Amino acid sequence: MAKTLVIAFDPAEVASGAGFATALGQPFDVLLITGNAANNAGAERTFLAGLDSVPPADSLTPSLVALARGYSHIVAVSSMRSKDIMARLAGALDAAMVTDAIAIESPTVYKRPIVAGAAIATVETLTEPVVVTFRPAGFPEPAQQGEATLEPITLELSQGSKRISESMHGGGRPDLTQARVVVSGGRPLKDAATFEKVIGGLADQLGGAVGATRAAVDSGIASNELQVGQTGKIVAPDLYIAAGISGSTQHMAGIKDSKTIVAINNDPSAPIFEFADLGLVADLYDAIPAIRAALDRGK
Amino acid sequence: MKILVPVKRVLDPFAKVRPLPDGSGMDTAGVKFEMNPFDEIAIEEAVRQRDQHPEIEIVAVSIGLPEAEDQLRKALAMGADKAILIESTETFDPPSIADELAALARAEQPDIILMGKQATDDDSNQVGQMLAAKLGWPQATFASKIVIVAGSVQVTRETDTGDEVLECALPAVVTVDLRLNEPRYIALPGIIKARSKPLDRRAPTTSPRPRTRVRRLDPPPARAPGRKVASVDELVGALRERGAI
Ligand SMILES: Cc1cc2nc3c(=O)[nH]c(=O)nc-3n(C[C@H](O)[C@H](O)[C@H](O)COP(=O)(O)OP(=O)(O)OC[C@H]3O[C@@H](n4cnc5c(N)ncnc54)[C@H](O)[C@@H]3O)c2cc1C
Repeated sequence: MAKTLVIAFDPAEVASGAGFATALGQPFDVLLITGNAANNAGAERTFLAGLDSVPPADSLTPSLVALARGYSHIVAVSSMRSKDIMARLAGALDAAMVTDAIAIESPTVYKRPIVAGAAIATVETLTEPVVVTFRPAGFPEPAQQGEATLEPITLELSQGSKRISESMHGGGRPDLTQARVVVSGGRPLKDAATFEKVIGGLADQLGGAVGATRAAVDSGIASNELQVGQTGKIVAPDLYIAAGISGSTQHMAGIKDSKTIVAINNDPSAPIFEFADLGLVADLYDAIPAIRAALDRGK
Repeated sequence: MKILVPVKRVLDPFAKVRPLPDGSGMDTAGVKFEMNPFDEIAIEEAVRQRDQHPEIEIVAVSIGLPEAEDQLRKALAMGADKAILIESTETFDPPSIADELAALARAEQPDIILMGKQATDDDSNQVGQMLAAKLGWPQATFASKIVIVAGSVQVTRETDTGDEVLECALPAVVTVDLRLNEPRYIALPGIIKARSKPLDRRAPTTSPRPRTRVRRLDPPPARAPGRKVASVDELVGALRERGAI
């Protein structure tokens, strides 16, 4: 029964799921909830549920329980969506669960950050099945593996919560959790328009995504899905630029895996300078236009 | 209508903490314990809902050491009507907490279990969803707005791409996110006054059946020290050198 089921909520999650399953070292199948898979990514079987959108957790989970019964490990990329659904699945399966795995020691031992990244816990699972959500940064995606043989599957949805409305923000920019460059802004950005012009402008020039601190989200300067940190999104770009961000442990917990961290802050004693690879003590309203001009000149 | 709010005692989320040198736990010397900030938001929300629906009764519950009384007293001071302390020195992992809360919910029959989306110590984000599954109740996680209507609750919840509104028939489990509200400040006299409110101590009705065990804690890998740059040109130059742009 040592077999992994990768649950991919959309096609973009298939490759990172395959990366984790490969690191786990067991044969694996993929269940794709929405959309279509282009290649099998090394999976033995690829099940295609073909739903238009991911249903609410309570109506989707019972159908996943039935399918998951044959597996020792059921895994998905960490996201708010997977935390919502996979933890309910773990509850229904009476499974052990590991949230936000960053490394695998064996199929029963994982590493995960706790206390806003102040410690890395080595966690042993004591029962089977095991449900895992993982941060993709630590698990390289396997090479393309040719055509998938897709097996359509019907997920019987149960009666559950009713989705009344849905609003998506963002649009146009790369996904924060996948982006190669992330530019984030904090509390001192005056208002939503200034945030968009200053932070969004630099991000667009670098082809990057936009992030924010909780303070910026709370004061309505940035929308909630942009929040980066312990309780927001975890990012791991090549370049993270933090402008007007003090460097709270809660924020830093979300950016530690970034390759290069740049801090722009007018307070030379701001804690973020302890973490930044490159720190610039400056007013962000002067520094960002100057950076944009320097980037233009360099072309 | 009854709202049950589980409350966890956690290390002060704003303290600088590190693991003990032998990796057996966190070094708690000199660190205060607080109510998990998300649970505080859940209590605050329950109290605000009661302002609109006076028939609501708010029951706060904590599972753990006797010291969790402090956090329950705070919940009472914020406005909870009564508190239950399920005392145990054993380790309850998230599924075991969900089992115990499910047993309590069957006895107490709340209409809504309103709880934090995660605890800031173990950052697991599991208990609410596991509990909802065990009870077979609808769930709405990461709430940023809650409206109770006849027989159901409308929850605006945060998603990876924005937000959505779910309608859940009651009883239901709702977990709360940071934007839902800003908890009221309770000064010490308020907490002392809450001593007259009922706090019921009991033993767990389930014995914990841990499905995971923490073997050890290590400090996070240190980042190589960085440096300050003197100008924008030096910054852009350094970024080009690193191939970051
Ligand atoms: C339970 C809990 C969970 C949390 N989770 C998160 C989370 O996931 N993510 C998160 O980000 N926060 C989180 N927080 C909040 C966190 O503790 C901090 O309050 C927040 O990160 C601070 O945001 P900030 O850096 O924008 O604001 P501040 O701390 O106010 O910092 C603003 C910085 O901008 C600098 N500055 C001001 N003006 C300028 C200027 N003109 N130019 C340059 N610099 C300037 C200042 O020197 C200061 O350092 C959480 C808090 C709690 C309690």
